[in-house]
Amino acid sequence: MLKDITIGQFFPGDSIIHHLDPRFKIVMTLIFIVMIFTGESPICLGIGAVYTVTAVMLSGIKIKMFVKSIKPIMPFLLITAFLNILFINGGTVYFHWKFLKITSEGINVSIFMIIRIIMLIVGSSLLTYTTSPVTLTDAVESLLSPLKKLKFPVHELAMMMSIALRFIPTLIEETDKIISAQKARGAEIDTGSLINRVKNLVSILIPLFISAFRRADELATAMECRCYSGGKGRTRLRQLKSSSKDYIALAFTVFFLMCVIVVNMIYS
Amino acid sequence: MAILKTEELTYIYSEGSPFEKTAVDHVSIEIDEGEMVGIIGHTGSGKSTLIQHFNGLLKATSGKVLLDGVDIWADKTKIRDVRFKVGLVFQYPEYQIFEETVYKDIAFGCKNMGLDDTEIKRRVLETASDIGLPEELLKRSPFELSGGQKRRVAIAGVMAMKPEVLILDEPSAGLDPAGRDKIFECIKNYHGKYKNTVLIVSHSMEDTASFADKILVMNKAKVFCYDDTVNVFERAEEITQIGLDVPQITKVFIELKKRGLDFEKEVYTVDYAKELLLKYLKKGK
Repeated sequence: MLKDITIGQFFPGDSIIHHLDPRFKIVMTLIFIVMIFTGESPICLGIGAVYTVTAVMLSGIKIKMFVKSIKPIMPFLLITAFLNILFINGGTVYFHWKFLKITSEGINVSIFMIIRIIMLIVGSSLLTYTTSPVTLTDAVESLLSPLKKLKFPVHELAMMMSIALRFIPTLIEETDKIISAQKARGAEIDTGSLINRVKNLVSILIPLFISAFRRADELATAMECRCYSGGKGRTRLRQLKSSSKDYIALAFTVFFLMCVIVVNMIYS
Repeated sequence: MAILKTEELTYIYSEGSPFEKTAVDHVSIEIDEGEMVGIIGHTGSGKSTLIQHFNGLLKATSGKVLLDGVDIWADKTKIRDVRFKVGLVFQYPEYQIFEETVYKDIAFGCKNMGLDDTEIKRRVLETASDIGLPEELLKRSPFELSGGQKRRVAIAGVMAMKPEVLILDEPSAGLDPAGRDKIFECIKNYHGKYKNTVLIVSHSMEDTASFADKILVMNKAKVFCYDDTVNVFERAEEITQIGLDVPQITKVFIELKKRGLDFEKEVYTVDYAKELLLKYLKKGK
């Protein structure tokens, strides 16, 4: 069940998207998010969808993986959409019962929300699927580096982020192991009554916390043994370099954003 | 009669993703009641994956696991009962400890079985003495204990469930020689006392050779050989070829064979070697 979590997972590959400068990829993801949330008409969503599909196709990552990333949030999405349909009023009324109304506006808003959030997840998954955690944090550090002048601990933040990303799979694996071990002792974790399941959660959380703290401690010691002392004077094996490809991709993204803005102006 | 049997058991990890990997490949074995079986193989040879099928933690991609002749997945709702019959102790089991006292942690499995308090108490005390944990330790927090003691607490937690088949995954990993000997001694005593089936996964031939009636050698997700310990060591040279170690004493005897000293049987324990050599020397005189 935990194997379905694909956040922060990286699928090595050799596509154009994989080879883009990670800093550009982050910026493009941000532009993309702005694009899908500013678009007000169905055409704008269409433009966003074209962009998403193009990017996904170029990345060479199986559609199955994206479906997997959407799956866990689908129930929440459907529930919110359902509530939106019931409580947002405006436009033509299709159905009326006491205080509940199903209106064209409500349906519109719900559909927009679902499509937007799916695109949001696919877009941001694409970023992590095609960028290794190390380069991703390098990019974050590099993008935030102007803040260093304001004494903002950019390097520390990036390091924390990379450690967190690095340990997601480890902790998932660990959790899986602990769950199996407790199941082997007859704990009811994915079966049995809700109360029992909640009670048995303790038997997973305690060992998990203990091991997380132990790992953190060991990692800190290991880092100190290698004389880690923060970002000052640290050099990198892999320098981030941008090429014409990156600028073209960025221009392409900005072009889509412009389209969305223009369509918005025409229709409002 | 075979208590545990697998038929063409196959398990594929992350099927359909780029990380797809066959961990267990068409494994068909039979384990008889009361046997002590050693499972050896490299890291990644599929031994840990294999044993997780025996108590239904993993469901095979294809193939069957039969416990007492019944498919364990025949009735999905009964899978918990299978877990009580087939007790599995994971690698580094001390990381699963969570209760505030040693007593409570050992009792966790029994409690899940729904036993009454007096029976639980009887079992916990009995298991604790079987595995060499003094009674005054039971009131302490398990997190204050030494590594070896913690390991024994975790093993006791499964033993107390009195499973028909006890499976231990690398029970001695990461322990010092004294702790290792202690664990194996406890397991041997336990096996001697209750006469139940015990499976021990290990990558050390040395340890395995000293207790196992039968040995299952796994290599690259497949069964390399599964036979009585003596017969397995007859293939000692093949075993070294797939990169597994054989006991040092076996190596000595392989070398002796090359130098013209032929003993009719394979040697894998120091005691037996001593006996053979003494006999040989006497004859020589």
